[in-house]
Amino acid sequence: MADRKISIFVEEVCRVEGHGNIVLNATDGKIEELRLEITESPRLFEAFMLGRRWDEATHIACRICGICSIAHSTASVLAIEDAFGIEPSEQTIALRKIAYHGEMIQSHVLHFYYLAAPDFLGVPSVIPLIQSHPEEVKRALRLKRLGNDLCKLIVGRHIHPCAYLPKCMPKLPDPAAMEALHTRCLDARRDLDAAVALFSTLKLPDFDRPTECLASWDPDEYGMYRAVKIKSSNGDMTDTREYKTKIREFVVPHSHAKHAETENGAYMVGALARFKINYDQLHPKAKEVAQALGLTTDCTNPYAITVAQVVETVHSLEETIKYLEWCLGRELEWEDWDVKPRAGRGVGITEAPRGLLIHDYTFDDGGKLTNVNCIIPTNQNLNNIEHDFHALVPQIIERPDDEIRLLLEMLVRAYDPCISCATHMLKVEIKR
Amino acid sequence: MAKPRAAVFSMTSCEGCSLAILECENELLDVLEHVEFVEWREAMSEKTTEPIDIVFVDGSVSTHHDIKYIKRIRERARMLVPIGACAVNGSVNALKNRYGMNEAKEIVYGEAGAQFDTIPVRPIRAVVPVEFEIPGCPMNSEEFLRIVRDLLLGKKPRLPNYPVCVECKRKENVCVFEKGMFCMGPVARAGCGADCPSYGGWCEACRGFVDNPNEQAHWEVLQERGLTPEEVMQRFDIFCAWEIEDRRARAQQEKKE
Ligand code: SF4
Ligand code: SF4
Ligand code: SF4
Repeated sequence: MADRKISIFVEEVCRVEGHGNIVLNATDGKIEELRLEITESPRLFEAFMLGRRWDEATHIACRICGICSIAHSTASVLAIEDAFGIEPSEQTIALRKIAYHGEMIQSHVLHFYYLAAPDFLGVPSVIPLIQSHPEEVKRALRLKRLGNDLCKLIVGRHIHPCAYLPKCMPKLPDPAAMEALHTRCLDARRDLDAAVALFSTLKLPDFDRPTECLASWDPDEYGMYRAVKIKSSNGDMTDTREYKTKIREFVVPHSHAKHAETENGAYMVGALARFKINYDQLHPKAKEVAQALGLTTDCTNPYAITVAQVVETVHSLEETIKYLEWCLGRELEWEDWDVKPRAGRGVGITEAPRGLLIHDYTFDDGGKLTNVNCIIPTNQNLNNIEHDFHALVPQIIERPDDEIRLLLEMLVRAYDPCISCATHMLKVEIKR
Repeated sequence: MAKPRAAVFSMTSCEGCSLAILECENELLDVLEHVEFVEWREAMSEKTTEPIDIVFVDGSVSTHHDIKYIKRIRERARMLVPIGACAVNGSVNALKNRYGMNEAKEIVYGEAGAQFDTIPVRPIRAVVPVEFEIPGCPMNSEEFLRIVRDLLLGKKPRLPNYPVCVECKRKENVCVFEKGMFCMGPVARAGCGADCPSYGGWCEACRGFVDNPNEQAHWEVLQERGLTPEEVMQRFDIFCAWEIEDRRARAQQEKKE
């Protein structure tokens, strides 16, 4: 193909949360420009959290993101508890995990059904699927609503919890409502079986690029709700308070969102990273599903993130059932909310649906914030996405523009980026 | 009759409010029978160049780009309906107005700040006229459905003009001040069913204030309960920094006249 000039500009990639552009310019198969531009307006959270009381931190920070506000709230209360030396009770943790897994279910279902599946089924959005795949759409709605209702049961709302506090839950859920949700969770197993059947027929684009992965690690369970350490796919462990020794964030000119790297360069976080790192602790039912979908821990295809989300949804559903049964099996006890602030630093690390999420707070003796740093999953993935672009484009450069464009968009969507989060724009370093 | 054509756009926000439309799961399929979504970047790839009957926008105006963007949307929309606190009163985004723009950039970006476009945060109605506003962070899905129904029927929707405390007492909640929490219920606009106190937390006035809030009295209550004046101001500011400044500016204007 002589003198072929490719110029692809995807303005505001659709079916991702937030505003990002893909830029590709190439002449005769030689890439001149290739990047993912983040154009979302910066929101400057760090600047306005400074100087505020500890009890305002969680509800402000969760406004960074509407899709994963429970994950942000979780990281935030974990950071506050770490700073103030608070150990929440087993009951509080069980209740939080019901909401936490509820968000995981709703977010993964939203992504794999509404945002990613249309690409595989060759339609522009979920809307035509209402006609062509009505049962699938109803199933998706049902699963997503289950996730929302689990959040609602515990913290009142899935987008920006009404009350998610350090130390204890300020309201105990009604046993009858828990019972009803437990039944719905058992029924949801069938819906998920059907989702697995659908996804087993979809074919992922061929592409592989090995990269380092990072995820939360907990000795007692599949790392999600709380990281005891950060674990790398190469086996390295990092203490939560020492995360900066592993992760470095930096600014690039074409993006309103920071990028990140480890000593090994770009890395991946999210469902596939967790799956690869913590596979052994996955629920046996989720392992079966992984096998049925052909997903293995040596997978290096980023398009498979969507498949890992299906697997994790099964895991989160089983965890939810377990914690609901735990709560239903006893009389829940009222706990008093008496938080005593003290000076010091606290780090809270959890897994948002899109990956490792870090909140790092420092308080003075009055419990006012003197330093805030948050590291967001999408920021960490951006660098990796661009590295994927550079590996993928030479392999597909001979194909028609439309196909190249679709494959690049699908790749961005596979990471399920949450660009509003990524442009919360906290303190930055300059790369020279 | 052809279905009304609807679209959803986002500016500076967490996009939680456009997501809240998808949250109307049970009703979503019914809604889709009555309106046709023609553009919604978060959820679909389809786009349109035709005029749109009803446009929902979440997010504040916070860059020069946002100003151009919302003006373009206004031209295409028969009805423009800002959804959520970001779009209606600036929400937490407007907290950055409390800093000088250069200072805010410096805190956040250090030397790299120069490359970013940021201006004081404003709600949509401060830039273009709007037909109706749906408050809340996030907006309440039931209220959204009710208001959309009214707008499509040509009725004028209403928002309550009494404080959250009224709804809270109706629900017989224990007042959270008793638990040592600080609540904005007495000055906040109701309509959410006092959601936060009902789940054991405190109200932060995410729906803005009632029309004539008794700010002074509430200011004193919060101080009596132990907040310093600076802390009281920070509480008032969380969701209403823009609203407070705007009211102040208008009062000054009136004085001059
Ligand atoms: S009002 Fe709240 S929920 Fe809605 S977009 Fe703004 S921050 Fe998100
Ligand atoms: S909890 Fe808040 S909203 Fe409810 S009565 Fe007390 S002050 Fe009012
Ligand atoms: S109780 Fe207050 S903060 Fe909570 S939803 Fe209602 S108005 Fe918003």
